[in-house]
Amino acid sequence: MIDQPLPMFAPGSDPGPSFFELLRRAAPEALPGANLPLNAPGSAAVASPASAVAIPHGTTIVCMKFAGGVVMAGDRRATEGYTIASRRMEKVSPCDHWSAMAISGAAGPGMEIVRLLQTELEHYEKVEGEPLSLEGKANKLAQMIRSNLPAAMQGMVVVPLFCGFDLRRGEGRLFKYDVTGGKYEEAEFATTGSGGVHARNWIKAGYRSGLSKEEAVDLGLLALFQAADEDSATGGPDLVRHLFPTVAVVDRDGYVKLDDEDVERRSTELLSSGRSPQ
Amino acid sequence: MSMPFYVSPEQVMKDRADYARKGIARGRSLVALEYADGIALVAENPSGTLHKISEIYDRIGFAGVGKYNEFEMLKIAGIRHADVRGYSYSREDVTARALANGYAQTLGQVFTHEMKPYEVEILVAQVGEHDGEPNEMFHILYDGTVMDEHGFTVLGGQAEAISDQLKANYSDGLDAGAAIRLGVKSLGSPDNREIAADQLEVAVLDRNRPRRKFRRLADDEVTGVLSSG
Repeated sequence: MIDQPLPMFAPGSDPGPSFFELLRRAAPEALPGANLPLNAPGSAAVASPASAVAIPHGTTIVCMKFAGGVVMAGDRRATEGYTIASRRMEKVSPCDHWSAMAISGAAGPGMEIVRLLQTELEHYEKVEGEPLSLEGKANKLAQMIRSNLPAAMQGMVVVPLFCGFDLRRGEGRLFKYDVTGGKYEEAEFATTGSGGVHARNWIKAGYRSGLSKEEAVDLGLLALFQAADEDSATGGPDLVRHLFPTVAVVDRDGYVKLDDEDVERRSTELLSSGRSPQ
Repeated sequence: MSMPFYVSPEQVMKDRADYARKGIARGRSLVALEYADGIALVAENPSGTLHKISEIYDRIGFAGVGKYNEFEMLKIAGIRHADVRGYSYSREDVTARALANGYAQTLGQVFTHEMKPYEVEILVAQVGEHDGEPNEMFHILYDGTVMDEHGFTVLGGQAEAISDQLKANYSDGLDAGAAIRLGVKSLGSPDNREIAADQLEVAVLDRNRPRRKFRRLADDEVTGVLSSG
């Protein structure tokens, strides 16, 4: 195997601590969306958006604050038009030890952005010797979504939620994004995806500030089940295959994904409590 | 027209090597030791912020002695190499061997082609993921010479004296604390000094940690390790 030489840069073109900039210089073909036909707006490719081609889409994700941090949860379904593309998709991922993101929209570019952000944050931490601030991480994600805009114009829209524990402020924070990379900090909760509007209403009805972690997790699960009841693209609890939503918590101790057994127990309790869709 | 004096290539290389060695000898030394659960890296470093030991990738650590700005630049180049490779292939495809070859090429190139060679010695260490998977330690000199080391290795000016001390006292299967204490004792052995915890930089590549095996020990942890021996 021929080993690649180490990447070295002249002072004027040094990418600094950013992995995204490094990739742009050292391996542009590995950037998300690198091989898309970049047509000017109004050209033929834009007129026939990629959504006409069936590509997997991730659906509903929810995120809310509780007393000591944030809870993030997502259903497991990816759809391709009217077909179920995956029953086991994991939409909630850790970005680093103190932050998490969840993706809805075009699954391929979404997963690429997750991987890129994970590498970006770790890269910065190793080069600089200390991690980015939470605000810095959220802004970095906004830039990546903005760079996906040409793909979004062709129908491959990625709309993530980002959350984390801000060690300097000592609180959980959450952000939502629009397709142009616009970043909006939310004070209590946020949802997105095709079932997001239904999930949002259920959270809104059950939310109060200072929820405990347990209450927030249960409210998130309830909202996802209710969304699945209204929206065909959102997956409900799958009792046959034992598939339940992905739930993660970020608090002072960092990112923790809840055990499958724990989520299953909470889900079955919820189903028998009479609060879930009947 | 004046003719430049003829200098034989042997002399040029020797002068460069002497220059690099002198630069390296000015700084303090560093030792790396394999222990039961990984690799311990111990350096004498009075600065708490300008590190000689760093994380490169999941299983891979870096250590350098000599001129700070030069090995810091090599460290960043290594992180870039590893992250680009891991992103375009997969995390498992990032190896210490490929990285060591990259460093050897870079250092060799600079040694023969540039005005001034790098005044550094570096170490690329990779901890084996499971029991039975061997650790790898590549010790790379200022001219690009690569040495594949086992057990322990010493970088820096007083390497010989410290190596002698380690040869006499090192054994396989030490625990982390014993390895660190042996490293510290050996660093101070050439001139019989006791090195205080705040003058030390200590890190481990611990195979029992989840993904990122590298961990830097804080001063009070180092104090604890040194006093428990």
